[in-house]
Amino acid sequence: MTGWPDPPTAEERPFISEKYRDLPALGRLTGRGGTANLEVVLKSKPDLILDFGSVRETYVSLAENVQQQTNIPYVLIDGRFEATPAALRLLGDVLGLSERGERLAKYVEDTFVQIDAALAATPIDKRPRVYLARGPDGLETGVQGSINTEIIERAGGRNVAAAAGQKGLVRVSMEQLIVADPEIIITWDRNFFDRVFKDPLWVGIRAVRDGRVFLAPTAPFGWIDRPPSLNRVIGLRWLAGLFYPDTFPEDLRETTRTFYRLFYHVEPTEPQLDTLIAWSKGQAPSRQQPARR
Amino acid sequence: MSLTVLLLLLMLGAALVGAYPITFGEFFAALGRWFAGETTQDKINTVLFDIRLPRVFAAVVVGAAVAAAGAAYQTLFRNPLVSPDILGVSTGAGLGAVLGIFLSLPVAAIQLSAFVVGLATVGTVYAIAALVHGREPVLVLVLAGVVVGALAGAAISLLKILADPYDQLPAIVFWLLGSLSAIRKGEVWAAIPLVLIGLLPLVVLRWRINVLSLGDEEAKALGVETGRLRLIVIAAATLITASVVAISGVIGWVGLVIPHIARMAVGPSFDRLLPTATLLGASYLLIVDTLARTMARIEVPIGILTAIIGAPFFLWLLARGREGWS
Repeated sequence: MTGWPDPPTAEERPFISEKYRDLPALGRLTGRGGTANLEVVLKSKPDLILDFGSVRETYVSLAENVQQQTNIPYVLIDGRFEATPAALRLLGDVLGLSERGERLAKYVEDTFVQIDAALAATPIDKRPRVYLARGPDGLETGVQGSINTEIIERAGGRNVAAAAGQKGLVRVSMEQLIVADPEIIITWDRNFFDRVFKDPLWVGIRAVRDGRVFLAPTAPFGWIDRPPSLNRVIGLRWLAGLFYPDTFPEDLRETTRTFYRLFYHVEPTEPQLDTLIAWSKGQAPSRQQPARR
Repeated sequence: MSLTVLLLLLMLGAALVGAYPITFGEFFAALGRWFAGETTQDKINTVLFDIRLPRVFAAVVVGAAVAAAGAAYQTLFRNPLVSPDILGVSTGAGLGAVLGIFLSLPVAAIQLSAFVVGLATVGTVYAIAALVHGREPVLVLVLAGVVVGALAGAAISLLKILADPYDQLPAIVFWLLGSLSAIRKGEVWAAIPLVLIGLLPLVVLRWRINVLSLGDEEAKALGVETGRLRLIVIAAATLITASVVAISGVIGWVGLVIPHIARMAVGPSFDRLLPTATLLGASYLLIVDTLARTMARIEVPIGILTAIIGAPFFLWLLARGREGWS
């Protein structure tokens, strides 16, 4: 690895292996607002450019352009959640670390299988109705089938935001939300989370009344999104436990330790694990420094 | 008069439709309970009094405010192609809001930041224009507006690049498209007095503002102190626009197109133009916002709808050829 698209924040750094923590920020090559300068990227002498995300035509052609310009092989991997094991195997092969790729892929597959087996007993219409609240006012969300919310269905929930012909992020109104009346709300926005239980309008919604609004940790990466990538695997176990507390009475602490060790090459200390677990229970660490990138 | 009735009917209609089903009977029963001073806390009351009606009033206030500011600016600059953003108030407010989102501030702080930076932007424009002593004060003012607006636009783009692409960038994009979906009772109550304070001088000075549209020389010959009057109009229109844009996000086209329609209906005389444009603006935005919240199961950003409806109309006006100011 030669650099980050955006530098990690103070809050994220402890959960990133020391080897990678201080690598320079090279910018985003493609996608939302590319900021990378190709010459800067070349100066860091990468042997490979790896792009994990959408494999639509636009991104394929962007990848081809960069590969032609730089003569550096560019690997574009399908980032859909379901394709994660395949992506890990492919990456293992490309990097000559097939064994590690296989081990990680197996871990993700096992997670998927475990959850599917436990969910098989619950018909779709009995699964909890879930809303992903984004943005400072919580009225931004991803519709069913968007990459931002596919984790909801994966963990055995039903996304209440569904709209024919719409993909990706949308806004909803409070009235639409009252009609949808989700049973569970998930978010990673701390401003929103701090406010939601005190807000008279949100209190009318079932998830808030029942105390089932959950805050996802975002260190080093988001547990449910931000970005929608590998980091969702730990979020998936966490979410399944929230959706079905009886079926998945998991020891989140050990799961978290294993996941961070296996995927991020870090050995979280006990206080760090405390931070993460408390965070996943709604006690986000206070922001001494603004969590800006 | 007929426009007032139209607006009231539209408000009634808008209050009756929405995602949450409320029948005619339930609506009037809830209204009756409210007049009787009863405070029952059921779903219908929440939806009606805390969500839907605030939003209806918000659409009315925002539409009226932007159209009034547009009418004032078009008269002041004697140019029908002028919108309330000519001196950069919306772009400035946009910058303030984007900065607030970028710093992960809570919603109220984002709105305050939008309001303050919107006012500050126009203040800067005016100060620059005041420092440049030229023979064409209006031209200098517009140029300063364009330059400062471009700077603010560049700052917005810079923040978009620096923002978290998964978290803040979508919030920024949605804010810049404008929406009334998150509007609160308190926000509407905060905006209304500010808009009224801004409207007051426009109403009181309507005859003098009319004289401004004759041009500086003639206005001066008629004994109007053009410089001071211009400052008052700019300050009033800026206050009006900044206070609504802070709660609604950037809403384009209304301030440009509605004064046009009003002028076609009642002529360019400001004393008639102002009330007509205000009422038409309120009705127009109310219709558009009601569409935005009922068309689909999700929100359609209002900035998109105002432009889709406003742009073809504007082209049509252009095709008809620009007629004289009066």
